[in-house]
Amino acid sequence: MKIIVCVKQVPDAKDVRLDPETNTLAREGVESIMNPYDQHALEAGVSLKEETGGEVTVITMGPPQAEDVLRQAIACGADNGVLISDRKFAGADTWATSYTLARAIDTLGDFDLIICGKQAIDGDTAQVGPGLAMRLEIPYATCIQKIREAENSSIVMERMMDDGYDVLKSGFPLLISVVKDINHPRVPSLKGKMKAKKAEIRTLSAEDIGADPTCIGLPGSPTQVVKVFPPEPRGERAILTGTVDEQVEQLVERLKPYLV
Amino acid sequence: MLRIDENTCIGCGICEENCPFGSIEMVDGLPVVGDSCNLCGACVEACDVEALTIDKGEAVKEKDDLDAYSGVWVFCEFARGTLAPVATELLGIGRTLADDRRVPLTAVLMGYQTGESASKLIGHGADRVYRVDDSALEMFTDDVYEKILSDLIIAHKPEVVLAGATAIGRSFIPGVATTVDAGLTADCTRLEIRQEDGILLQTRPAFGGNIMATIVCPDTRPQMATVRPKVMKELPFDSQRQGEIIDITPDAEKLTSRIEVLESVTEQQGKVNIQESDILVSGGRGLENEKGFELIAKLAEALGAKVSASRAVVDAGWIPYPHQVGQTGKTVAPKLYIACGISGAIQHVAGMQSSETIVAINRDEDAPIFNVADFGVVGDLYEVIPKLIDKIEEKRGQ
Repeated sequence: MKIIVCVKQVPDAKDVRLDPETNTLAREGVESIMNPYDQHALEAGVSLKEETGGEVTVITMGPPQAEDVLRQAIACGADNGVLISDRKFAGADTWATSYTLARAIDTLGDFDLIICGKQAIDGDTAQVGPGLAMRLEIPYATCIQKIREAENSSIVMERMMDDGYDVLKSGFPLLISVVKDINHPRVPSLKGKMKAKKAEIRTLSAEDIGADPTCIGLPGSPTQVVKVFPPEPRGERAILTGTVDEQVEQLVERLKPYLV
Repeated sequence: MLRIDENTCIGCGICEENCPFGSIEMVDGLPVVGDSCNLCGACVEACDVEALTIDKGEAVKEKDDLDAYSGVWVFCEFARGTLAPVATELLGIGRTLADDRRVPLTAVLMGYQTGESASKLIGHGADRVYRVDDSALEMFTDDVYEKILSDLIIAHKPEVVLAGATAIGRSFIPGVATTVDAGLTADCTRLEIRQEDGILLQTRPAFGGNIMATIVCPDTRPQMATVRPKVMKELPFDSQRQGEIIDITPDAEKLTSRIEVLESVTEQQGKVNIQESDILVSGGRGLENEKGFELIAKLAEALGAKVSASRAVVDAGWIPYPHQVGQTGKTVAPKLYIACGISGAIQHVAGMQSSETIVAINRDEDAPIFNVADFGVVGDLYEVIPKLIDKIEEKRGQ
């Protein structure tokens, strides 16, 4: 099975803190990591490869330093890494990003399965996976929590819904996005790390993928950010005082509107 | 790209401070923009001397004929035999937007055996309902739902299309946006019409809720947005309201999915969908062990609430993932959120800060959860919660 895993490099959210004075993100020492959901997508791809044979190609769109997440993916079992990088891609929204990834995948050739994380933690939109599938004209399913069985011609899997799950069966080609329930990502082996160090990362520019300049980056993005502002502060905050009994008494008093 | 006018720049460094992505660094009194810049525009907004501009470059995308699009649409989700609550919530905001634009409000209802739902949608504010009722829509599949809604949009050209940011909406709406070549903003918490040009201002939390971003689609139509459940208010049902119901019958081939749904499993009906609950009692690491959730469940029962959790305890396996609130779990906005033994890491807060009232119960008075709580109780939750349950039952008994 030829598998493509799409990953994104994002700032590590656990390092991000709000500066209480300026109400902006204190970013000192914020590390870049592979988007957590994508780590599960990668693991799903690598374990499928181990079961059914084939190869896993990991692709990312981002600045040159996004190469790090590709090497990390190779250390965890991916076979190849492709970096889609060009200043012209900057400012892409999900529409332009899915266009760019689709052009890149067309450039790379055949595939059976594309796996994405459910969403990236910096944007939280969950729109690129479905957009990519539409552009490649292949079916897709999002929020996959389990792969029950996979053969070379079909796959049976569970899709997480708001109040349960659906069991789906599909042929290939197919795109899926995965939630973290699907697996536990492995830690890279020493051998994997050695391989990652030596691996050659292919880079694709806007020209390499034959991108229409009006469909990429900021010009290709229908959505525009017009204003960025801190969230409105919440109302008055009260730490209740007194003994536990007194605090509980005050709390229940204030919760009265909710006790219908 | 981001352009810096070196003659105007006074080297104050405000742009560096305001960059949410850490992409600007002051070097020798001038800002230097790094590769991680995604042109969000926060620095342009912050700059007092207007030294920063975003240059869109030479390439220009073809504009849609904006005047050809009119009307506000709401996709009304109908799954497992019921109308999703978010459907009527969206008709509430949809009505406001339609009135501002002086255009009709249309509901698109898709499902199987939808019964009286179409009339209900009219009673909650819709002027017109496009109803697609077919056994092929009993199970949700992305391609069939996408095809039907896309075809309707292409045929009727609405200027705004809204849908709930539910599992179904977040899955197939991005497909629709791609087909109709429209911009899409996910998880909006506020929508309004800009008076001067009638454009839809779409506001959503970004970067884990640390910044709010207002987004527009100036050149493409429809303007599409998914909206979080429980954020918008539904209008009271008015049985006198008049509206038109139009039945749509798609061609059979459009009702055939390439993906087969073998089975649809509901987990303890109603217990898991924490996004639809008015009250949530949420447990964190402070519970100390799995058994702690028995106490959380008791408090939830006393309040008529559902149980949610922080990431730490989901990772520890004390409670399944569908209960997780936070950046890598679900975003919730109930009327009341009670955080028990949750420290309040930024990722957790991102998922619950839109709640109407937040109560925190925690032993550690320095826990960051108290910064977002409306009411905080400092104490051992194993002492506080049983007393709270007693008091609540006492109050109810009165």
